[in-house]
Amino acid sequence: MASTDSAATDFSDDLPAELAAEERRAPAGTGPWRIALRRLRRNKVALAFGVLFLALVAVSLAAPIWAEEVAHTTPYQNRIADTITIDGEERNIVEFDGVPIGPTWHGEYFLGADRNGRDVMVRLLYGGRNSLLIGIGASIITMVLATLLGLLSGYFGGWLDWVISRCFDVMWAFPVILLGVALGVSLNISGITIGPLELESGSLWIPTVIIGIAYVVYLARPIRGQVLALREKEFVEAARAQGMGPWRIMLTELLPNLASTLLVFFPLIVANAILLEAALSFLGAGVQPPEPSWGLMISEGIEFLTSAPHLTIAPGIMLVLTVLALNIFGEGVRDALDPRAKIRLEH
Amino acid sequence: MSANGDTPLLEVEHVKQYFPVKSGVLIDRTVANVHAVDDVTFSLREGETLGLVGESGCGKTTLSRTVLRLLDPTAGRIRFRGADITRAGRRAMRPYRREMQMVFQDPFASLNPRKRVAQILGAPLRQRGVRGADVDREARDLLDRVGLMREHINRYPHEFSGGQRQRIGIARALAMSPKLVVLDEPVSALDVSIQAQIINLLEELQDGLGLTYLFVAHDLSVVRHVSDRIAVMYLGRIMELSPAGELYDKPIHPYTQALLSAIPIPDPRENRARRRIVVAGEPPNPIQPPPGCVFHTRCPRATEVCRTVVPPLTEYAGGHLAACHHPLNVTREEIAAATISDASPETAGQVKPDFVPAGEGGDERAPGSGGAAAVEA
Repeated sequence: MASTDSAATDFSDDLPAELAAEERRAPAGTGPWRIALRRLRRNKVALAFGVLFLALVAVSLAAPIWAEEVAHTTPYQNRIADTITIDGEERNIVEFDGVPIGPTWHGEYFLGADRNGRDVMVRLLYGGRNSLLIGIGASIITMVLATLLGLLSGYFGGWLDWVISRCFDVMWAFPVILLGVALGVSLNISGITIGPLELESGSLWIPTVIIGIAYVVYLARPIRGQVLALREKEFVEAARAQGMGPWRIMLTELLPNLASTLLVFFPLIVANAILLEAALSFLGAGVQPPEPSWGLMISEGIEFLTSAPHLTIAPGIMLVLTVLALNIFGEGVRDALDPRAKIRLEH
Repeated sequence: MSANGDTPLLEVEHVKQYFPVKSGVLIDRTVANVHAVDDVTFSLREGETLGLVGESGCGKTTLSRTVLRLLDPTAGRIRFRGADITRAGRRAMRPYRREMQMVFQDPFASLNPRKRVAQILGAPLRQRGVRGADVDREARDLLDRVGLMREHINRYPHEFSGGQRQRIGIARALAMSPKLVVLDEPVSALDVSIQAQIINLLEELQDGLGLTYLFVAHDLSVVRHVSDRIAVMYLGRIMELSPAGELYDKPIHPYTQALLSAIPIPDPRENRARRRIVVAGEPPNPIQPPPGCVFHTRCPRATEVCRTVVPPLTEYAGGHLAACHHPLNVTREEIAAATISDASPETAGQVKPDFVPAGEGGDERAPGSGGAAAVEA
């Protein structure tokens, strides 16, 4: 897990010489955030991959425009018995042996069709929307829960820490995939109702919540460790000596010091969450058909691996690009915020 | 003396602070206690400085935290201006928090690296009830007061040197306009040249604001200049408590003597010429403090009585207290005139110390001490 020595909150100690020099050049009053931003701006590779990720997000957001203006279809429209005319040649969208048409490189069926005659490009873009939405949504759930639990557990200690830590141990004992599949299958069959919150079966919220919860442990533990280190710091004692209560100390003294860790972890968790979503959908426990998602598309395309490889290659490339972009950008963020940290997400 | 009669500003009576040592699978059981502070009694008059000295791990830092109620004492009583605050909750403590503040040892850990100076000083000012534009003005005044520039208000801690950070730490303590300031080794993390500046600043502030200091340090040379009285701690107990000058001229406890002879003298000839008492070995484990006098395992004068009976704090003339069965530098008459102080640990014996003539006891190797202590000529 994240090494706890990254809990060091001093900002400018033992930096590599060139970074220290950079900090000295900073004008007076330049805060830790601004310095980190300067460092990030100098890391061109990380920035390039950050831009790539933003481009993927933008493209996914543009899915309805492509669907309506270019492909004239929806991600759900089956045209299994239809034909289309490409360069004056009329072709079946799905051949009689069940093999769908490959990329046409024209507006309609730009990347070919799947076995139901649906437009792969449109589904790829809509699938990207779903995958990113689930990935980012799940990561936000993870961040919020992990920060809350890590703070409570680390700051208060005692029985609360005991209970939370034992719950983590139990969750830790399950491989993430197994936990996700178990929860995904059971919840997708019946849906869940927690108080006023009602999730229908097949809702996109189900994989989001499952993935969000599955990763809580992996973030909450390093945060708890960091809180344990921070609460012994003298500035926390000073706050207590001023009569500040535990909640205010957590909010105003501890949280700002956890923010850099959270920021470093965020892209990495999004990448992992997108991968987990793909895995769960591939196994049938994530996004439910007919909703598109990259994992689901790979799963549906697997039987045409030799006859229609575009069905798996297209979502595969998108997945790899997204995860790669997030990981490299995330490493850049880490180097900028906390050059000494060795934060990794392991499981 | 305080304005309101004889009530000292702070009274600490028989305070104990034990930390449980836990072990066990799934469910932790307390298997032992670290006796960090073991039955300590002292009081602070308004406007005075009490130096608190001892080796690392003797409980002086713990005691400073307990006094401020950052820790809950295991036993004993703490009074502030006569009011019992031993068990006061967070809300009940609030009015007292304003009057007692702390300056910390490590200037790099004592300031939140994510906050600007304005926020670091603003929080206590707001806690005190300062509002609006006054917060900024008072924060700038505080910076001025501790010898920093008013323009530094918008900087972050990482932009300051250790000495400057310590000044910010002092300003933060002053922001609550306290009466009592606990200084927890305020200069031990600083360069020697900076130490003097900070000590001078602390003295100026004391004169200007009428502050009362509890000055914690691990060597006697630092507290010498600032303290009115000095308490020497060893393994959670007070060994000797005396007016500052007297402690240096006439140490009664062999441990104090040893600490004094550990102060380096810049002149090597003088340094070689003096008679040094070197206390060998390490302090015993505070989980199981030795019975009797806690210092007997390392004391060159220890005898049988030291191993069995806890020495009472005996009050000699001039308010000089020492807990030793075989005191140094006192005459037979002085011992006869001495009384056993109320500040003695509750477990202490009631027997007054015996008289050991100079030259004896001090030189002989203590029987059974196993060479734990040695005296160098």
